[in-house]
Amino acid sequence: MKIKTALTSALLGMSFMAASAMAVDLNMVSGATGGDLAFDTAKLADFAKETGINVKLVPMPSSTTDQFGQYKLWLAAGNADIDIYQTDVIWAPQLADQLVDLTDAAKDVVKDHFPSIIQSQTVNGKLVALPVFTDAPALYYRKDLLDKYKLAAPKTWDEMAKAAKTVTDGEKNADLQGFVFQGNAYEGLTCDALEWVKSNGGGQIVEADGKISINNPKAAEALERAKGWVGTISPKGVLAYQEEESRGVWQTGKAVFMRNWPYAFSLGNKDDSAVKGKFDVVPLPAGGEGGGSAATLGGWNLAVSKYSKHQPEAIKAILYLASAKIQKANALEQTHLPTVVSVYDDADVKAKQPVLVKWKDVFLAAVPRPSAPTKTKYNEVSNLFWTAVHDTLSGNGSAKDNLGNLEAKLTELKGDGWK
Amino acid sequence: MSSVPENGTPIRNELFAGRVRSAWLFLTPMIVTLLIVAAWPLSRSIWFSFSDASLGHFRDAQFYGIKNYFKTITMDSGAIHHFGVLVDPAWWNAVYNTFRFGIVSVTLETVLGLAVALVLNANFKGRGFVRAAILIPWAIPTVVSAKIWGWMLNDQLGIFNDILLRLHIISEKIAWTADSNYSMFTIVMVDTWKTLPFMALLILAGLQQIPGDVYEAAEVDGVHPLSVFWNITLPLVRPALMVAVIFRMLDALRIFDLVYILTPNSSQTKTMAVISRENMFDFDKLGYGSAESTVLFLILLITVIAYIKIGRVNLEGNN
Amino acid sequence: MKRSPFWNFMFYVFVACILIESIFPFYYAIITSFKSGTDLFNISYWPTSFSLENYRQVLFDGNGSFLQNLWNSLWVSTWTVAVALTLGTTASYALARVRFRGRGLLLMTILAVSMFPQVAVLAGLFETVNSLGLYNTDWSLIFSYTIFTLPFTVWVLTTFMRDLPIELEEAAIVDGASPWIIVTRIFLPLMWPALVTTGLLAFIAAWNEYLYALTFTASSQANRTVPVGIALLSGSTAHEIPWGLIMAASVIVTVPLIFLVLIFQRKIIAGLTAGGVKG
Repeated sequence: MKIKTALTSALLGMSFMAASAMAVDLNMVSGATGGDLAFDTAKLADFAKETGINVKLVPMPSSTTDQFGQYKLWLAAGNADIDIYQTDVIWAPQLADQLVDLTDAAKDVVKDHFPSIIQSQTVNGKLVALPVFTDAPALYYRKDLLDKYKLAAPKTWDEMAKAAKTVTDGEKNADLQGFVFQGNAYEGLTCDALEWVKSNGGGQIVEADGKISINNPKAAEALERAKGWVGTISPKGVLAYQEEESRGVWQTGKAVFMRNWPYAFSLGNKDDSAVKGKFDVVPLPAGGEGGGSAATLGGWNLAVSKYSKHQPEAIKAILYLASAKIQKANALEQTHLPTVVSVYDDADVKAKQPVLVKWKDVFLAAVPRPSAPTKTKYNEVSNLFWTAVHDTLSGNGSAKDNLGNLEAKLTELKGDGWK
Repeated sequence: MSSVPENGTPIRNELFAGRVRSAWLFLTPMIVTLLIVAAWPLSRSIWFSFSDASLGHFRDAQFYGIKNYFKTITMDSGAIHHFGVLVDPAWWNAVYNTFRFGIVSVTLETVLGLAVALVLNANFKGRGFVRAAILIPWAIPTVVSAKIWGWMLNDQLGIFNDILLRLHIISEKIAWTADSNYSMFTIVMVDTWKTLPFMALLILAGLQQIPGDVYEAAEVDGVHPLSVFWNITLPLVRPALMVAVIFRMLDALRIFDLVYILTPNSSQTKTMAVISRENMFDFDKLGYGSAESTVLFLILLITVIAYIKIGRVNLEGNN
Repeated sequence: MKRSPFWNFMFYVFVACILIESIFPFYYAIITSFKSGTDLFNISYWPTSFSLENYRQVLFDGNGSFLQNLWNSLWVSTWTVAVALTLGTTASYALARVRFRGRGLLLMTILAVSMFPQVAVLAGLFETVNSLGLYNTDWSLIFSYTIFTLPFTVWVLTTFMRDLPIELEEAAIVDGASPWIIVTRIFLPLMWPALVTTGLLAFIAAWNEYLYALTFTASSQANRTVPVGIALLSGSTAHEIPWGLIMAASVIVTVPLIFLVLIFQRKIIAGLTAGGVKG
């Protein structure tokens, strides 16, 4: 009966739906791409069959900067046409004012998720978004090349640099690079550099209590180390690389190491990849004393707009998409890292997606960007940080001086407290 | 060339008044349309620049005086600090970048555009094809052409370095968009590539307006081609050229998308519009970004008025 | 004009340079559009593989929404040009041929509209679009695009109309023709080069616009345009940029414009000679 209702309503359109009390049309904007978009569409179709709530996906360009600007404008103008927003992990504090508080609606399920992720989506005691999957980068390395030179997967950055040098020197191939990462001046560099600093025991730029910690010798040491890579084990052009440029170099077999997100794993194992079956991943290297591996926390969440005219239905939809059942399907079909802890121990997942289980270690070392303590100023903080790092990597000033300047600018920005 | 009969008989005056009436009738639809489309958004931007508006709360923005432009804060220590767009080094750096870009690219585009237009105005086989072909760069959406160039200019995988290496013009791969020595050059190059057709086509339309027998007469008289160009073509095409340059200049000084896509965060190429967008959207400082846009507007206005005065562009249409 | 063989040769060398400069990136886009997978990352000067798979995916996957985008773009751009040319022609006749007080100021004000960066008016424009009830319709775009096409059109047409000889009009005025007749019967036929040129440039500007199109529409089927459609093309996973698809889409988008130019270029050449107003 329900299937028939859905079908007929699709055919007859609005007139019929007005008559049927069950059917509600919602719009969900999402920057999801390709396979993810297809996955969401399929799951939302199932959801419509079960509940009579139709959620239509409005795709957005994949540039997160563009998405953020649009969402902000739409929300500020009270756009009632969009009910559900798919949000980046760092957006919660900046959009919180215009999102519905999900604390009550999700009180039965929050305990199933990793507490750190729930924490990242909680602003002033208000849960503003539900996580659907998480993301964390790892170190990709060429197993075949390391084996050839009898090297083990590196545990520290210096080991990594040494191994990269040994291999590139030995191969005598001008096109072979040692290490590629995301060095362009953009949010990605904030992620990369946060990992260098944190793994070296240099803190996380702004600490959870709002204290600006970035100007310290450990952090400067980490940046100087990275600067030493540019032009030696990494090409100079790495300063313009985002994720895809790195993957381009890597997947054509022109790099020994790469720092990247999980998406590069399945693409690198496709038939047309030059590195198929020749590589593996390990958690990102640690710095020196006092540091351990650190991976920047990424991932996506769903939030309901305060201006939605169908809030109860919208909340129902996001609870469905964030449920353990859908997260498991997402892990199996799309290789996404679940935020529900129990999914990692699921027998199917263990059997079919061993790489995810491996990634659980990476995830456990995940570090959040300082979006929670810096609140609405996060983007500016991140911009100042990546500019300081990019300047250091390009040779404009020493890490010590640039971090000193950065501290002054952050202090000015903070004023009498992050708002 | 005067377009309207000067004062004459009473009948002429009556005719003149009638013409002015119908002129306003003709102007009204355009003026009304522009008022609806532009008046509100433009005045909102100016209002935001005097308010504490943020993108999240722009509808309940409070009046803020000129604090976005200039404000003085006395610290507890007694030190006095100045803030605001007018004393923001990042902003003035953007102004410098924009003018550097604007002057170089518009000059380049005008000279090349004139050359291309002259070629297209000549008679030769395959002219139609060439005419269509030169429009291609303009026809590709900037969103896409910036990506195509970003791809071609990639240091490791791009074809641009490959060509230059093969031709032995460069000896090692250059990171065109990342290297601060080359990023501005890169933006100018891609912009020139993209907007050359616009200039060429506008100038060509001006050239088409010149009656053919002017040239025939010159040829019969045996005037040197260079002299023909300098004394006949250039003066006749000048009005079209001046307008083309004005609009190119306005576009160049507002350049946004190319920089935003190719080198979004490089301080060597960050322009006025880019930094304004960054403040409005990324940093949630709508008031501050709007103040930057308003200053940009004033700078453009002054530039254009100066250009019109110095270039003696005839606004009134009378000699 | 006759040229010596040397200059003739140099002339064609220059033509060849122009051609290569204009076409090469497009050519590169075409050969890239035939590639897929890792092959994309390999540099090649000649087509190494020939597969229309990318074109099929762009056009027919996603329930034909790209075709719908193409249609929307065509619709929006055509209307934008129609509005700009209609309002522009009448207004520029008044501005170019009739003397009245404040003419220079009016021209300057029209120009000033183009002096705000597009991003700066986004918030205000969104409010206007919303309050007129145009949000998420084609008219929001046609409406907002006039903000940049109209000033440009008015200015270019005014310059052109001003240069037309006065004798044209005098005879008509003496015959008692109304201004409307003068514009439509006498000026329009002479304006073809300028009309086609400005129309074409306005069309391309509307066709390529991205920021407003993304902000004022939120439904991929009904009213999003091609640049947004291209920005929405995505790889199978996040971060992956589908170069093959993007290039295929760019080629599809550019081809109609090339046809448009080929169709109208005779009109651009037509010039004054067609009007019989020599000297």
